[in-house]
Amino acid sequence: MPDLLLELFSEEIPARMQRRAAEDLKTAVTNALVERGCAYEAALAFATPRRLALHIVGLPARQPDLKEEKKGPRVGAPQQAIDGFLKGAGLNDLSKATIQSDPKKGDFYIAIVERKGSATQDVIAEIMPDIIKTFPWPKSMRWGKSSAHANALRWVRPLHSIICTFGSETETPDVVHFEIDGIKAGDITYGHRFLAPGPIHVRRFDDYVSKLEAAKVVLSTDRRKDIILHDAKSLAFAQGLELVEDEALLEEVAGLVEWPTVLMGSFEERFLDIPPEVIRATIRANQKCFVLRKSGSNALANKFLLTSNMIAKDDGATIISGNEKVVRARLSDAKFFWETDLKVKLEDRLEKLKSITFHAKLGTQHQRVERLVALAKELAPLVKADVNKAERAARLCKADLVSEMVGEFPEVQGLMGRYYATRQGEDASVAIALEDHYKPQGPSDRIPTDPVAIAVALADKIDTLVGFWAIDEKPTGSKDPYALRRAALGVIRIILENNIGLPLAQHHINADLLAFFHDRLKVYLRDQGQRHDLIDAVLGIDAGNDDLLLVVKRVEALDALLATDDGKNLLAGFRRAANILKAEEKKDGVTYSGTIDAALLKEPQEKALGDILGVAARHAADHVKKQDFSGAMRELAQLRPAVDAFFEAILVNADDAATRKNRLALLAAFREATRTVADFSAIAG
Amino acid sequence: MTNALNPKTSFQALILTLNRFWAEQGCVILQPYDMEVGAGTFHPATTLRALGPKPWRAAYVQPSRRPKDGRYGENPNRLQHYYQYQVIMKPSPANLQDLYLRSLYAIGIDPELHDIRFVEDDWESPTLGAWGLGWECWCDGMEVSQFTYFQQVAGVECSPVAGELTYGLERLAMYVQGVENVYDLNFNGLDGDDRISYGDVFLQAEQEYSRHNFEAANTEMLAQHFKDAEAECKALLDFGAKGERHLMALPAYDQCIKASHLFNLLDARGVISVTERQSYIFRVRELAKACGEAWLKTEGGGA
Repeated sequence: MPDLLLELFSEEIPARMQRRAAEDLKTAVTNALVERGCAYEAALAFATPRRLALHIVGLPARQPDLKEEKKGPRVGAPQQAIDGFLKGAGLNDLSKATIQSDPKKGDFYIAIVERKGSATQDVIAEIMPDIIKTFPWPKSMRWGKSSAHANALRWVRPLHSIICTFGSETETPDVVHFEIDGIKAGDITYGHRFLAPGPIHVRRFDDYVSKLEAAKVVLSTDRRKDIILHDAKSLAFAQGLELVEDEALLEEVAGLVEWPTVLMGSFEERFLDIPPEVIRATIRANQKCFVLRKSGSNALANKFLLTSNMIAKDDGATIISGNEKVVRARLSDAKFFWETDLKVKLEDRLEKLKSITFHAKLGTQHQRVERLVALAKELAPLVKADVNKAERAARLCKADLVSEMVGEFPEVQGLMGRYYATRQGEDASVAIALEDHYKPQGPSDRIPTDPVAIAVALADKIDTLVGFWAIDEKPTGSKDPYALRRAALGVIRIILENNIGLPLAQHHINADLLAFFHDRLKVYLRDQGQRHDLIDAVLGIDAGNDDLLLVVKRVEALDALLATDDGKNLLAGFRRAANILKAEEKKDGVTYSGTIDAALLKEPQEKALGDILGVAARHAADHVKKQDFSGAMRELAQLRPAVDAFFEAILVNADDAATRKNRLALLAAFREATRTVADFSAIAG
Repeated sequence: MTNALNPKTSFQALILTLNRFWAEQGCVILQPYDMEVGAGTFHPATTLRALGPKPWRAAYVQPSRRPKDGRYGENPNRLQHYYQYQVIMKPSPANLQDLYLRSLYAIGIDPELHDIRFVEDDWESPTLGAWGLGWECWCDGMEVSQFTYFQQVAGVECSPVAGELTYGLERLAMYVQGVENVYDLNFNGLDGDDRISYGDVFLQAEQEYSRHNFEAANTEMLAQHFKDAEAECKALLDFGAKGERHLMALPAYDQCIKASHLFNLLDARGVISVTERQSYIFRVRELAKACGEAWLKTEGGGA
């Protein structure tokens, strides 16, 4: 079976786009082939900074023949319709069509159109130009002479050459001929930009990979990553150091080189006074280098690892010294910022927050801090935080935004606040809060656990949400520029993971915002494997559903109840009652309330249900008040025998109207009793 | 080669070498534009010539002023006035990357010793209403140039696309000369008493202009001049509009450049709030767009 080799060779593709682009290429080409009847055995996609490559194994030599039936007009239809049919089916004579009889529609024409399958390489030649022209790059561009035309080819950066060969292992593959924007597909590629820039003649995937390797290009991103990681670890080990691993950086670096060569540089010990996070941030963000720590310790070493794309004739000495120079300059800046910042107390920075707009309609950062202070004080008792510390932490939590260091490296906001607070002798909880009030930043980030940090973190997020809600800047669809979903999820996680009871409605959150919290809570609980219908059932009860911790406890208790036989039967009983009520209420045009006339309860089964309902509902409500939802569920579960017995013996729709009404009221009372814990009608299954 | 003409030992020789190199590629070697600009891109030889169908190749040094970057001469890397070397080729030639690399070799960067990389950097100038895709060019981890394929300038789609190269000359020279402080650069390539350093030429200016930019510049006057430049730009655009043709795109664009620099000065003086900032940028961009449209109605713009 023949294989396809495709390579799109261009100027440097942004690292962050490479992996996705390789997969997109694979999807586009294989889909187009399969749509045209060309199934394949396997497909592998690759990317380097200068090329996307695709290897498809086990394609048919030809597209299968296609037999298609085309329905025509009925026999005796106007000539115009018949001509149209013949033309559409590609027949020159009506005698080539067959006549088919249909009992309903009568006789009509059918054309059997047979389409010979094309050679697969013709199919490839046909699909490629479109795939390339419509390639889904996140950002693409025009270039060169052809960019004067409106329909010029767009690519991520200028595209220079294309390899497209097709053939089986036993023969010399053919070049698949197509042309796009003046680039003819061929069998030539180029090696490493500096180490082997010449043209390379390629036949198929096997020799493509090995010839590229010889020309100092490692085709696979994962292999480049392995090489970098392995070499980085051994270089570190040889110096008695450990690599500080960084998967995102590794992925990026592997997208910046075709021939990774890891080298070690160093910087002066004196820079180690700078907080390690800052050293790492600057070396990582600006230089895309890895940092190292001393073996068995958390302290950073004064070394870094760079990944060059060169085998230099001086073994990298010049490259190392150049990189060291830049790292030194960056660290000098960072050290200067650090030392300058330490000279100013955090509280003395607050005035400057007046010049920073948080949002045009929500005032300055200074005004925001005032709000945070008030809110943190309000929340502190609820989360068992010291009010004075919460106030202090809220007051200082944005001060580092106007520090030199955060101005230069925004990603260390909060962290620097903690460092500066610690240095100026703030209480440990206050210092922690300055860093942790930003947390969690995402679903996998840790949450604050110190009460002071919790108070300020909740204040920060609630203020953000309440503010943006007030100016009607809510997330819509995929747009959430102020990360409000993340803020709400943060509140949810902090509350649930720290077991905090917080009635949101009492803390500035209106019904619309509460509904947003409920939506986020559903997503969160669903991700945890909770049944969404149970969440709906609990949220369906308005009372107390602004306390998210209670909502979750109710859901858990409901889940536990429904796992028991009593629970299942109670639900069945509820459904029966609800169905009867629904039908009768529709008929009567009223909604029955649970007001029972005890005097009208005659049969023992209805009496029994009437008696126990009142007691169970009251007990369940008591348990709910004490937030003992399992207890409340247990009370309801006790209704089961009475409910079962009622349905067994009693005909609800009695002839006597008053009795019927009273029995319906009894069912309504049962329905209401269940609502002390959840809206059972929302439960699925 | 004497030291005076060696790009590895003399700042001015670096410039001369680049001029010679790009002259050989058919570029017109222009002199700096005689106005205060924030970057070489502002030179009409780039901004305006990037627009329209006519082929264009130019290279020049452009003194660039970024008032906010002043450090009173105390920072080894930051300057409020520095030189950019600017190359523009329209349409972008297929071998522009190679030409760029050869220009580096010409100034003494040996490709067998260094690690040269093209790292993603999408360029955007909100004040010019311009954007393009390209890279920052790294030499051993240091950004030495900016490489951009213009897609849009002054709000107009580039057709054809121009390739733009911008070399940070001081930084590049520091690298090839192996110095860590910009003021230590050898300017004329000579030694001993004949040696003239970058500091000899520019240190005093950096100190004085830092004072001016941060402390002294009269902000009321600057704000008024901004309004004046804006109004004059619009007036000239009106005056020069003659139906399908425009007769005064270049003088109008000068006023746009002026407005942009005045904005930068006001910004350095710290008197522009965050919201005002957006509005200033928007106003300059509107001027740039109007000038771009006017340019397309001139002969240079292909009309």
